[in-house]
Amino acid sequence: MDRKNRSPRFHIERRASLPWHKSLAVRLLSILAAFIVCALLTMIITGVNPVDFISTMFYGSFGTPRKMWITAQNVAVLLCISLAVTPSFLMKFWNEGADGQILMGCLASSACMIKLSDKMPNWLLIVVMFLTSVAAGTLWAIIPAFFKAQFNTNETLFTLMLNYIATQIVAYFIVKWEVPKGSGQIGIINQSTETGWFPQLFGNKYILSILTAAIMTAFIYSYIRYSKHGYELTVVGESTRTARYIGIDVKRVIVRTMALSGAMAGAVGFLLVSGINHTLTTTITGGQGFTAVMVSWLAQFNPIAMIATSFLIIFLERGAIEISSAFTLNQSFSAILTGIILFFLIGSEFFVSYRIRRSANTETGKEPDKNV
Amino acid sequence: MFDITAFFPRAVAQGIPLLFGSTGETLTEKAGNLNLGIPGIMYVGGISGVIGSFLYEQNTSNFSPFLAVMIPFLASLLGSLLMGLIYSFLTISLRANQNVTGLAMTTFGVGIGNFFGGSLIKLTGAEVPNISLSATSICFRKHLPFADKLGVFGNMFLKYGFLAYLAIAIALYVSYFLNRTQTGLHLRAVGENPSTADAAGINVSRYKYTATCLGSMIAGLGGLYYVMDYANGIWSNDGFGDRGWLAIALVIFTVWKPTLGIVSSILFGGLYILYLYIPSGMNLSLKELYKMIPYVFTVVVLVFSSIKNKRENQPPESLGLSFFREDR
Repeated sequence: MDRKNRSPRFHIERRASLPWHKSLAVRLLSILAAFIVCALLTMIITGVNPVDFISTMFYGSFGTPRKMWITAQNVAVLLCISLAVTPSFLMKFWNEGADGQILMGCLASSACMIKLSDKMPNWLLIVVMFLTSVAAGTLWAIIPAFFKAQFNTNETLFTLMLNYIATQIVAYFIVKWEVPKGSGQIGIINQSTETGWFPQLFGNKYILSILTAAIMTAFIYSYIRYSKHGYELTVVGESTRTARYIGIDVKRVIVRTMALSGAMAGAVGFLLVSGINHTLTTTITGGQGFTAVMVSWLAQFNPIAMIATSFLIIFLERGAIEISSAFTLNQSFSAILTGIILFFLIGSEFFVSYRIRRSANTETGKEPDKNV
Repeated sequence: MFDITAFFPRAVAQGIPLLFGSTGETLTEKAGNLNLGIPGIMYVGGISGVIGSFLYEQNTSNFSPFLAVMIPFLASLLGSLLMGLIYSFLTISLRANQNVTGLAMTTFGVGIGNFFGGSLIKLTGAEVPNISLSATSICFRKHLPFADKLGVFGNMFLKYGFLAYLAIAIALYVSYFLNRTQTGLHLRAVGENPSTADAAGINVSRYKYTATCLGSMIAGLGGLYYVMDYANGIWSNDGFGDRGWLAIALVIFTVWKPTLGIVSSILFGGLYILYLYIPSGMNLSLKELYKMIPYVFTVVVLVFSSIKNKRENQPPESLGLSFFREDR
């Protein structure tokens, strides 16, 4: 029974606040620790030495100019998706449905490209594609938002299920429009005429995504920081009771914020079809809607910090893919490495908001060891 | 013609992985942890079994059915236990956000499954073209010898491998445990209001750890059942699909009651394969639309259960929140 009387040797307490350079240091340390673990794991599995591991990682993202451009484009797309989900997360609306919203946007764009390409001039077609994509994404986001606002329906599962429903709708149209018949895929749309393809900016096909990401970052940053809408959705996220008390129409804010998230996701769909892929597949989003949740959370929902976190994730992904192809491993190796790094980053948040102190003599409370 | 005696066993076979998953998730959620990593954990449960069984089949000279079942079974439990421990450590000890941790677990777990599924042969240097554990699978699919003689009844209820009955037994036991035992009462208290439970002298962290880890192990068996029994011992990457998410949806559908889960998982299993039975003629694209039936059904159920909003059908009150004693 003396177990009960023993006072714990350590206890955890919440930090008042940590200066930004210290919290940054904690996060960088955790990334470093994660890299060491990943290098060790790769060494055990493939027998490659850690130096090769690091250099192959860097080669994957920066090895050639082309690789660098693709890295930049991937970062831009992931950043756009992360920005799209951010307003809803700030509102504590767990929107895991970005994939579905993007897919609906992609579907709308492709439908216009296939059905309307000979009915209107190219510039008008692109405008119509953009508008229908945004509308489709918005619609797909408003549905769960409406039920959340009216009946408090669980939004996590609702948006998840809408992803699969969107996938099946897209699968339906792919079979309907497949070229050639029976192939089960659409192929590049309008390959010869390039109708509905967004024109290359400055003669470089990668600039468009980067520019879109820059505009979206600036927009979301100012929307959250300076607009009345942004203020309202933050209050709803902190406490719906407070929001009601100060006269905010909570239901309207939920639907409006999700509409914005969905509209941006739809725009990403337009970007993917018109600007990048020029085709429609059920896996066109590559599950980035989920990744975006983590990117946004890791950045503490700060749009500027999201540039760094989405870069980190893409860097890992491309590095890990390079490693798996260099050592003829399965591509899923990258998911394992990403997972490990995410675990470390998620764990490191603990050391930002809490500290562990010795209970007996509190004045020797030193910084905790970083053993996430 | 729609033949219920042929349809029902297939629905059950589809439903058993969902039942394992939803029972495990129910236990976890009752302790206040929303584990969105279940889809990944089920992949890990499956691949751990495959790894165990693959190594055994490759290295043994005299094949023993008992070991052929026990090795993958224990390997699967161990794999999903490790996943449960990672999740518990991050969310309970380090108080990380449960949604984000769960999604990371799913990325990680699916990655583990597909990676080892795709590279196991290369890594072990075995000389086989693909992972096909038919000998082990036969052991897993053994049913009662007299089932064949019992006609329709035997075909519908007695011709499943032992894991199917284990799933039902676990669901019944978890239900009994949650509602009829002192420990179960404590566990529910932790999920509803950890501060009160803490004040009553219940060790909140220990309960959360135990429930989450046991929940993961139960869910992991769903992956094992899928590959060893349903898929005849053949691992295919991404073959398990989105069943993990459906299992989580089932938890809400069954309003956190594992006994209801038995019926509902079979129902969901039926919905999952219903598209094969709906006549669509030559129109292949319609089949794709029919495949969305289980998801649409889930959405409809979500909406209706939230509209009805009955008091006894609510999620555990502190679901998804981490507990820190000094927060008041």
